[in-house]
Parts: sequence; structure tokens; C-alpha cells
Amino acid sequence: MASSRSPRRSGRRHPLMGALLLVIGLFVTGGAYAAASTGIAHAQDAPIAQEALVEEGEKLFLANCASCHGLNAEGTVAGPTLIGVGALSVDFQVGTGRMPMAASGPQAEVKPVQFTQPQIDAMAAWVATLAPGPGMPDPQYYAADGDVANGAELFRINCAMCHNVAGAGGALTEGKYAPHLRDLQPIHIYGAMVTGPQNMPVFSDMNLTPEEKNDVISYLKYLDENPSVGGFSLGSLGPVSEGLFIWLIGLGGLIAVAVWLTARSN
Amino acid sequence: MAKKPPASGLETSGHDEVMDPGTAVERSSAPQNPGLAPEHQRVTDLDEKEAKGMERRIAGFFLLSIIGSVFAAVAYVVFPIIPGDMSSVRLNNLMVGLGLSAALLGVGIGAVQWAKALMHGHELVEERHPTRGTEEARAAAVETFQQANKESGFTRRSLVRNTLFGALLAAPIPAVVLFRDLAPADDPIARMKQTMWAEGVRLTRDPSGVPIKASEVTIGSAFHVVPDGWKDLEHHKLEEKAKAAVLLMRLPVDELNEDPAKSSWSYQGIVAYSKICTHVGCPVALYEQQTHHLLCPCHQSEFDVANHCEVIFGPAARPLPQLPITIDAEGYLVARSDFTEPVGPSFWEREL
Repeated sequence: MASSRSPRRSGRRHPLMGALLLVIGLFVTGGAYAAASTGIAHAQDAPIAQEALVEEGEKLFLANCASCHGLNAEGTVAGPTLIGVGALSVDFQVGTGRMPMAASGPQAEVKPVQFTQPQIDAMAAWVATLAPGPGMPDPQYYAADGDVANGAELFRINCAMCHNVAGAGGALTEGKYAPHLRDLQPIHIYGAMVTGPQNMPVFSDMNLTPEEKNDVISYLKYLDENPSVGGFSLGSLGPVSEGLFIWLIGLGGLIAVAVWLTARSN
Repeated sequence: MAKKPPASGLETSGHDEVMDPGTAVERSSAPQNPGLAPEHQRVTDLDEKEAKGMERRIAGFFLLSIIGSVFAAVAYVVFPIIPGDMSSVRLNNLMVGLGLSAALLGVGIGAVQWAKALMHGHELVEERHPTRGTEEARAAAVETFQQANKESGFTRRSLVRNTLFGALLAAPIPAVVLFRDLAPADDPIARMKQTMWAEGVRLTRDPSGVPIKASEVTIGSAFHVVPDGWKDLEHHKLEEKAKAAVLLMRLPVDELNEDPAKSSWSYQGIVAYSKICTHVGCPVALYEQQTHHLLCPCHQSEFDVANHCEVIFGPAARPLPQLPITIDAEGYLVARSDFTEPVGPSFWEREL
């Protein structure tokens, strides 16, 4: 239509246009072939790479975990079975340094991570082959770009009673405690909700949907990035630290002022 | 006001006592008034240079106060509150607060220091005048009352007086009725004994109000539950939630030790308990999924979910009330009835 309306324009085509079109055509064809052939190569490599990963994971498991969890991850008196816990559980427990445990105690403590991420992925891949369990989520569900207000409400209802409304953590029974939730990796927050590590209840996708989990993660990340507007937060621990502060510093200061007011000048 | 010369040593008390000869004790054994201690000499009294220095320091506090006042005003403009930026509120409060603290503390510290170190430090004795009035004033007061009584007939005309008393006593009656009407019209005791739960009411998620299927409650899960319809309440939303809040948990069936009489109250290891502590009513929701213990964060009462929520530690007197549940035709969890006992802490009319 354009050419019929303005025939003059079609006549002004650059003389090199034909050559250019040819070059573009060659590139497109060649690129498409290359993409297709590498796609085929990947498709052939994938099972082999996965198999190697699982094999490496099994070796790492036997060397580092089997003494407590059993040679086939069936569990012993020292540690629970890992059949069916899923890759996400391994990523959380090993990725936060909780596993391998330094010593048996009321609960596994956070400590420096003992393995590299590829090693953790390998162990997670092996554990995932034992039985179906929670797998790694789609990254969009822990991107921390959700609804902060909704996340805060869900956090207050489901999490705050143990972890404190500001995510400062709190005490449980007999030496157990809910850890603080500051500066965590989003995937670990997600993993804790899905797998319910140790004494934490499970918040499966049927309880809190993946979108709602992303909202909760967004709220925790918001807390990380925004300082307390009220000033000095005293650890956000509530009446214990605030009461201690006012009894020692507040009342102590008042007594000091009273002593100064009534003391004789030298 | 009697001004005593300083450092005068022992003094007798200011006025001469009239001694009754029958009760008088020997004066030699009476405690002696030690008088005022020798006056304390301050550095600023002794050394004019020190006094000058103190004067400068006090003036310094007043200068600090001036600077603080100006700084607070300037800071309010320089660090404005930007709507939507909470950290600007913090900075504004901090800076204005620092300025105002310096302004007020500067005046206060300077004034106290002035009085303590520079104003004269002589000690004074000031006699208190007797509190009892003179005989004439007392007689005049009695005279006034008697005259008023005679003129008004307050004691003679008893009908007028007694009806006045009656009128004054009747005056608060409307207030009693009006204030009583601020209380709930229907029996508050009955309302404390019932909640929104009833046969067939679905268990829904807090706060979304989405009903819960039994198949969605995996082992180890804890759901925070409100009754179906709570979300759409127009009035008394918080009161109803405070009574009806429930924690839903699923335990492995073999770990659940159930009372045979209540075995139909759970569904395949899914149990629902009131979230309101029986001690003073805090929400009990610190659930440990391995030990099946529920901890109340306020006073550390501990309940064993695997054992009918019996109290295993702390001040709570009774187990948490259990909500009998089952499933409906579509697989959703529903209540079998209301709680069979009042939820929350004890109250006067609660039968045990």
C-alpha cells in the first residue's frame, strides 16, 4: 500500500540494500542453526550433568552427614531421616550453617556455612532423589518485590508471636528459641516457611500461597532496609530491654540529678 | 523571721518554755539544742577568682540555652519533615529535640549552679507561727455559725432541712441509671460464655477468610483460624475475634493422646484449640511442632497439645478449651459445636 501511494519512495532504495539483506539473512539462518544445535547438545548433557551432581551429592553426604542421618539417610538415634525432606530443606539447613551441627543441643545453631553453594546444590539434588519433597521455588516467589503491607499483616498473624513483630527473635521452652530474621537471604526465609525446620511449624503453599510468602519476605527485607523511625530501638525486644533501660538509665539519672540538686557546692 | 548570726555555736530554742512544776523534768538531763553547725565555706566564698570562673561557667550554661533555642528553630527548617519519608521524621525529631534539650537543660543547670555556688550560703532559722487561731477569732466563728442557724432556722425548721437532704440524695439517681446503660444491654455473662462457633461453621484463615480443607493441613502445620463470617462482621469485630480465635494443628495420629470421650473432636490428627490463654487471656500461639508444646509469651504457661493441651508449666489453671471439629461434604473443616466451656481466663460467674 505504501508503495502504491508513493511510488517515488520505493525507487530510492539504496544500492547496497540487497547485499545488506543477504548478510542479515545469513546471520539469522546461522544463528538459528547454532541455537538449535546447542539446544540439542544441552538436552543430551542434562541427564549426565544431573547424574554427576547427584553422585557428588551422595559422596558429600556419606562423608559429612551419614554418621547421624544413616548411610541411606534413613535416620539414626542421633538424627532424623532425610527421606522426603526435599532439596529446599537441605538448602536451608546447610545453607544457613545449621547443618552439620557442631554439637547436639536444644536446637541447631546458625554458624558459618561449611560448604560451597555447588556442594549444597549437589547434596540437595541427592536428597531430592530419595523421595518427593519440597523443591527449590521459582525465583519470582522470593524476589522480595511483593506487597509489604499484606506481608506485615501475615507476619503479625503467623510469625510475630515467636519471631517478634520486628523480627528480633524470642525465647521458646527448654533452651529453644526463635532466631532473629534480620539480613537473611530470601531463599532461606522461603525455605524455613515451607519446610518448618526443627520446632517451627510448617507453612506449606496450601497455608500461605507462594505470593503471600513473597509478601512476608518483602516485609522482612523492608525491615532490613528501613531503620526504626522511633530512634534508638534497644534491639526491638520490647518490655525487657526497654524496662531495663528505664530502670537503670532513666531512674538512675533521676537519682543522680536529685543527689546533685541537694548536694552542697564545694 | 529571725536571722541568726553564722557560726554562733550552741543556741537555745527561740521561745521560752513555760514549765508545769508537776511534770517538769530536770533541765540538766533534757536534750540540748546543738544549734547550727559552723557555716560551710565554699571555694567561691573564699576565692574571688573561683567565683569569677563559676560566674563564667553559669553564663556559659545560659549561652548554651540561647544557642539551643536558636538551633531548635533553625533545625526545624533545615531538617524538614518530608511526607512519606519516615527517616526525615527521625532526623527532624532528633535535631529539634537536641536543641530543645540544650535550651531547657541550660537554663535549669545554670540556675541551680547559680543558687548553689554563688548566692549567699548563710543558714537561716525561720520560726513557724502557731496554727491555732486566737481566742477572739475562734469565738467570733462560733458566734457567726450560731447567728446563721438562728436566722435561717436550719435546726428549727426540720421539714425544710430534711427535704433538702432528700433532694440532694436524689440528685445522683439519673447519673446511676445513665451510666448503667453504657454497659451491654443483654447479660454480659452469657456473652462471655459463647463465641461465634456453632455447628457447621467453617474454619477459615486469618485474615483472608478462605475456608480450610482438611487435606491442606499437612503434618506439622499450624493455621491461625477465625470462624467463617467473622471477616464480614460490621460490629464488635475485635471482641468476637478475641473469643473465637483458634489455632489449628496437625500432629501424627500416633503421637496424639486423646481422651476417649473427645476422640470425635479431632479429624485425622487435626486438632483445634482456643488461642486465648486460660490465665489472663494472651494469645497462645508459640507452637513447637516437634515437642507439640504451646507456649504463652506473657507468663510462660506451657500446654501439651498431644495431651489435650494440659498445663505442664506456668500459672494457667486449666487446659486450653478444644473446639470440636469435623469435615463437611466438600472436605472443608467445620466446627461440630461451640466451645463446650467458656474460653479465656477465669471470671466470677464461671462454673468450674
